[in-house]
Amino acid sequence: MTEPPRVVLVDDHGLFRSGVRAELGQQVTVVGEADDVEPAIELIERVLPDVVLLDVHLPGGGGQAVITAVKKEHPEVRFLALSASDAPEDVIAVIRAGARGYVTKTISTADLADAILRVAGGDAVFSHRLAGFVLDAFAAAPSPADVKPSFDPELDQLTSREREVLRLIAQGYTYKETARELFISVKTVESHVSSVLHKLQLSSRHQLTRWAAERRLT
Amino acid sequence: MHQSTEPSEPAWPPFEFQDHHHWHSSRWERRAARWRNRGNGEPLRRDPEDRLAGGVAGGIAAWRGFSPTTVRILFVVVALFGGWAVPLYFIAWLLIPARDAEASIGSRARHDSRGVALAIALGSLLTVFLLLAGALNDTTIETYGWPQVISVACLTLIWRNAPEDEQNAMRHLVEPLESLGVGGSRRRRGTALRLTAAVVLLVAGVGWLLTAHASLALLRPLAGILLVVAGIVLLLGPWWLRVARDLVLERQARARAEERADMAARLHDSVLQTLALIQRRAADPQQVVQLARAQERELRSWLFEGRAPGESDATSFADGVRQIQRDVEARHGVPVEVVTVGDCPLDDHLGALLLAAREATVNAAKWSGASVISVYAEVEPDQVEVAVRDRGKGFDPDRVPADRKGLAESIHGRMTRHGGSVAVQSAVGEGTKVTLRMPRTAAAADAATPGRSNR
Repeated sequence: MTEPPRVVLVDDHGLFRSGVRAELGQQVTVVGEADDVEPAIELIERVLPDVVLLDVHLPGGGGQAVITAVKKEHPEVRFLALSASDAPEDVIAVIRAGARGYVTKTISTADLADAILRVAGGDAVFSHRLAGFVLDAFAAAPSPADVKPSFDPELDQLTSREREVLRLIAQGYTYKETARELFISVKTVESHVSSVLHKLQLSSRHQLTRWAAERRLT
Repeated sequence: MHQSTEPSEPAWPPFEFQDHHHWHSSRWERRAARWRNRGNGEPLRRDPEDRLAGGVAGGIAAWRGFSPTTVRILFVVVALFGGWAVPLYFIAWLLIPARDAEASIGSRARHDSRGVALAIALGSLLTVFLLLAGALNDTTIETYGWPQVISVACLTLIWRNAPEDEQNAMRHLVEPLESLGVGGSRRRRGTALRLTAAVVLLVAGVGWLLTAHASLALLRPLAGILLVVAGIVLLLGPWWLRVARDLVLERQARARAEERADMAARLHDSVLQTLALIQRRAADPQQVVQLARAQERELRSWLFEGRAPGESDATSFADGVRQIQRDVEARHGVPVEVVTVGDCPLDDHLGALLLAAREATVNAAKWSGASVISVYAEVEPDQVEVAVRDRGKGFDPDRVPADRKGLAESIHGRMTRHGGSVAVQSAVGEGTKVTLRMPRTAAAADAATPGRSNR
């Protein structure tokens, strides 16, 4: 990495923004902050950062509203979702809107910096919780009504290797530990995770939507 | 001269080849050596990995370097002629120790006086039946039946004295039979099946009797046999009854012992853990009072309301896992990261799994020194898995003192009593991972389908 990635922080808590900004100071360049959907879209389209650190919950509509709006004009901007509450349906919605990863706010500074660098480099970032959500969402076998014959069925299933990788990440293993445990390279772990992200975003599976809806009810 | 015909055997000392006679004997020796060198070169042991029943065939195959399938087929063929192969198999099972075991089942069985009595009782009972049957029948029963007296006796001894893992394997073998006897519609179907089979057998037997021994003259020896049998029953009957009664008593005693072990595990999880906490936090009186009060409440609700400590009012498995998270975070102040995948209603086995998982989490919170504990729970169609992981101190699993109750009784004992398994991965300085697996029972899987109330 020649120069630190340019980052925009979007979060409605000023305290949190300034905290992250102070902590991340050396590793990334924070080029702007926003506290709501509208100002965030305006800011991002103006400064075009490498990575947007985006809170899932924003007062004027969820974080996915920002992603959808920005992606239309500037698909090259990458998003890393961040939240404290961990409501699975919100997280999945943000990922499906196009975020490259999801971390919890309890993450350590070093891990957060690492995650931002990863997303800037085009990789996906799965926290243990997101891995759990994804396993959960893909766990139930698709009912015949859910599978559209015209669509690529591979998108609706995780391979067993992807499942193993996700399982370990869900248990709190880092990519490096996962690689060691499965006797594969970190690069392979990254490519599995990217492929899961891809499936998560493109799967036509109604199951995912329905799963989220069920979650909301409970 | 001979060296040229056998160039591949340079290791033989030359004097072996001096004359013709010696050459012959050396060839036989070589054959014998080749025979000896087949196989794995270890003494004959039953193979606990490669087994269909007792691992005898697998063991013999490994010992002599044959394919196990060949040995098995050979065995079945021999069993078809005369029936002596079956008792021989059981005797081998009894007398050949399993690999990695220091003693055979037979040597343990010698000390099991009740088992020996039971084996003799069953054998003598079978003898009586065979006497009866032999009087009525031709030689089929003679050839196949008599050896089975020994089979039954051996099997009884094996059943009672096999080590735990072999017993589990045996239980696995007889599971299809047992499933006839369990719950609900299955039981009714099982009873119907049994009744039908009994009626068919009775009708066939009576029919055979009437055709084969239609004349009274042929039935006369039967009367004699009946008298002999009556004599034996009169002689041995009371003893048979006593053996049966002893068996019932023993089973009750075992049930009591298991109950006691469960209770000890529960007391350990609750009261002993709290006392340990109180000692550690003796400097903070408020904390101590709080802990003591919480423990008192828990103990009261167990003793007087019948709700066991640690037993949650959770309605589902994932709910129970989250409860562990809340409790451990509140009590030990260590954050617990929980990820659950899937969910299902609770039953007794999953309740035990939750208790074991709670104990593993508490252990991690207390001893590992890790700043965070990760608990991963996944409900799969055929099993439920919980992995409790920390990046703390770790320990050497081989060096845990035997009296440390936590891992041994609360986790291992509890899981195995309910048919589950435990795997502990740990190394000093690298943290610990305890993986608990509990198979989902048929009943639980049924209950998980919609439209059934849980429990």
